[in-house]
Amino acid sequence: MTQKPYTGSHSLLQSLEHEGVETIFGVPGGAILPAYDPLLDSPIRHVLARHEQGAGHMAEGYAMATSRVGVAMATSGPGATNLITPLQNAKMDSTPLVAITGQVGTAAIGSDAFQEAYTTGLAMHCTKHSYLVTDADEIPDVVHEAFHIASTGRPGPVLVDIPKDVLNQHTTWSPPTLAGLPGYKPPSSQGHPRQIKAAVELIESAQRPVLYVGGGVIRSGATAELLAFAEAANVPVVTTLMARGAFPDQHPLALGMPGMHGTYTATTAIQNSDVLVALGARFDDRVTGDVASFAPRARVIHVDVDPAEIGKVRNPEIPIVGDARLVIQALLARLIADRAEAAAPTRAEWLHQLGIWKESKPLSYEQPEDGPIKTQFFISRLHAATNGEAIVASGVGQHQMWASQFWSFNRPGTWINSGGLGTMGFAVPAAIGAKAARPDELVFALDGDGCFQMTFQELITATTEEIPVKVVVFNNGGYGMVKQWQNLFYGGRISASDLGTSVPDYPKLAEAMGCVGLQVEHPDEVDAAIDKMVAVDDRPVVLEVVSDLDEMCFPMVPAGGSNDHIVMGREDL
Amino acid sequence: MIVEDKPGVLSRVASMFSNRGFNIHSLAVGPTHVAGRSHITVVVDAPELEQLKKQLHKLVNVIKVTELDRVDALESEVMIARISCDPVNRGEIGDTAGLFGARMVDLAPNSITFEMAGTPEHLASFVDHMKPYGVIDLVKSGRVAMKKISDVARIAVGQA
Repeated sequence: MTQKPYTGSHSLLQSLEHEGVETIFGVPGGAILPAYDPLLDSPIRHVLARHEQGAGHMAEGYAMATSRVGVAMATSGPGATNLITPLQNAKMDSTPLVAITGQVGTAAIGSDAFQEAYTTGLAMHCTKHSYLVTDADEIPDVVHEAFHIASTGRPGPVLVDIPKDVLNQHTTWSPPTLAGLPGYKPPSSQGHPRQIKAAVELIESAQRPVLYVGGGVIRSGATAELLAFAEAANVPVVTTLMARGAFPDQHPLALGMPGMHGTYTATTAIQNSDVLVALGARFDDRVTGDVASFAPRARVIHVDVDPAEIGKVRNPEIPIVGDARLVIQALLARLIADRAEAAAPTRAEWLHQLGIWKESKPLSYEQPEDGPIKTQFFISRLHAATNGEAIVASGVGQHQMWASQFWSFNRPGTWINSGGLGTMGFAVPAAIGAKAARPDELVFALDGDGCFQMTFQELITATTEEIPVKVVVFNNGGYGMVKQWQNLFYGGRISASDLGTSVPDYPKLAEAMGCVGLQVEHPDEVDAAIDKMVAVDDRPVVLEVVSDLDEMCFPMVPAGGSNDHIVMGREDL
Repeated sequence: MIVEDKPGVLSRVASMFSNRGFNIHSLAVGPTHVAGRSHITVVVDAPELEQLKKQLHKLVNVIKVTELDRVDALESEVMIARISCDPVNRGEIGDTAGLFGARMVDLAPNSITFEMAGTPEHLASFVDHMKPYGVIDLVKSGRVAMKKISDVARIAVGQA
């Protein structure tokens, strides 16, 4: 028996092992087949998703729970096109991701071959970078570059497309270098000392400062630095949807999430701030509302690793390009040095005002005793039952906003959601990816019925791969946020957002996929249902929460409106 | 800008412009004196280039981006123009073309074709002078440009 030759496929697997990859989420197919053979002999775990979109979101969930690069693998053509949504999702949320796709043989490229798609062209605008490998000898360098680009600077998705003949080509493996990246220089600086000095002086002189914290703080691993700086500077903190968990919600300086469905206090604090310190945040339209009236009196300090974010929406008085962790360290060091000469500002008036807002305008809902169950109530009970010690993934819509509002976060990597792209169906596969990465954590997917119906088949993956996630489906019989907008802005004309409640039978559907299926309908049964769900640890659970069909998500700043006009509830309409 | 000479780079650069809502006025791509490096000159009408430059820098294959104001730039375009003529006015057209430094590259009984290079203004002026005779066909390359470094060059252009 002759020894198998060493091919591009072996080189690919060896390269992935070299990068420290432990888990790949994928679906095989014709063009990527060669890579699946040496996978059998590799220590890398392959999680077989039921759809490439699921594989991609799993890789994102894995990356968000660990801050490591997630890896997804798919075949050419439809395999690659099914990955487009996760790639764009990862691009919008700066999630480090490497996607490996098979491509038709080099000689067939451009001939409309079976399962051919122009993958690198399709991925051009939804990746940070992409590669078409034309020689197997390039594989070690390309894979190394892909991981480097995905994980450094502003993280993001990188696609590596490899034709089948290149995977079969005889080659050798040699330790990779980054010599092939002359144009890639991610800033890793702690900011210019002059800018740091000016920023600290501005913050210290501020009467009403706010730290506007975005997902960049989580991506750069800067949460400990943030806590130290916020406390030392005595400045309140708002955490955007992507930054939930970057600062403990129970902290006296925490104001919660700002923006369209943010807390009154967070949104209003920004509006009234005189100095706004944006840390790894990008002035997204869901945060700013009408840009012209956003934080009108604030002088802005903008810290971001991506220079293109600085000045894109709002011109800052003090721009600082650098890594959030290093910059916050530098700000803290400067602040401590300056304090040797000047007293710390107390900001009693500002903090008092914030306290009044917190007290008088809290997040609220009313849970009628005999139902129907409000999603907010369930989330609060789940938090109480678990002490918040869990990873929470969510889909997109009302339930996502309520999860962000009513789950009290206190550590990074525990909130996994689709912020920028707003990808419905994200929760189930992302939770599976997170649980695969962190098997010791309790991992919940808090999902809506609309989202669930987009990707629930990945629960089959969860069962077969023994990844026991817990999925809560808030069943309000439709696309709740779409319905809310139709009720508010389209005269109550409900068009195509009603899914009905007759099918599917969620517990049965869950059982059919090998999960435990549960249902809860009455508020007084919620705690017992949660206990039951949490007790299952040998397979996935789906708990259907029969929810209020008409509940609306508040506070709300209507799209494009000014953050000065926050609708607190139906009575404000 | 200086870019890596790799497949797909032009496509990345060009589509970045459309993705961000900018219209490319003129585009020229060619090799540089350094192997593996190409030069791309893009002319855009945009009030604010800062965001565009930052986005270009984010493209992994883009090595260097330089913004050239026209005052500081040496610019050139290549043009081939076919002018209608007859035996009577052919001499006169030839004389004018000579003044512009245009070179005759094709001569037919009813037309004369010139090739020339120069600044956009120089080419436009030539075309203006040819219009009365009838411009049959005209093609222009994208503009190439390089930063001026001598004051002498700047003064010379100022006088022109």
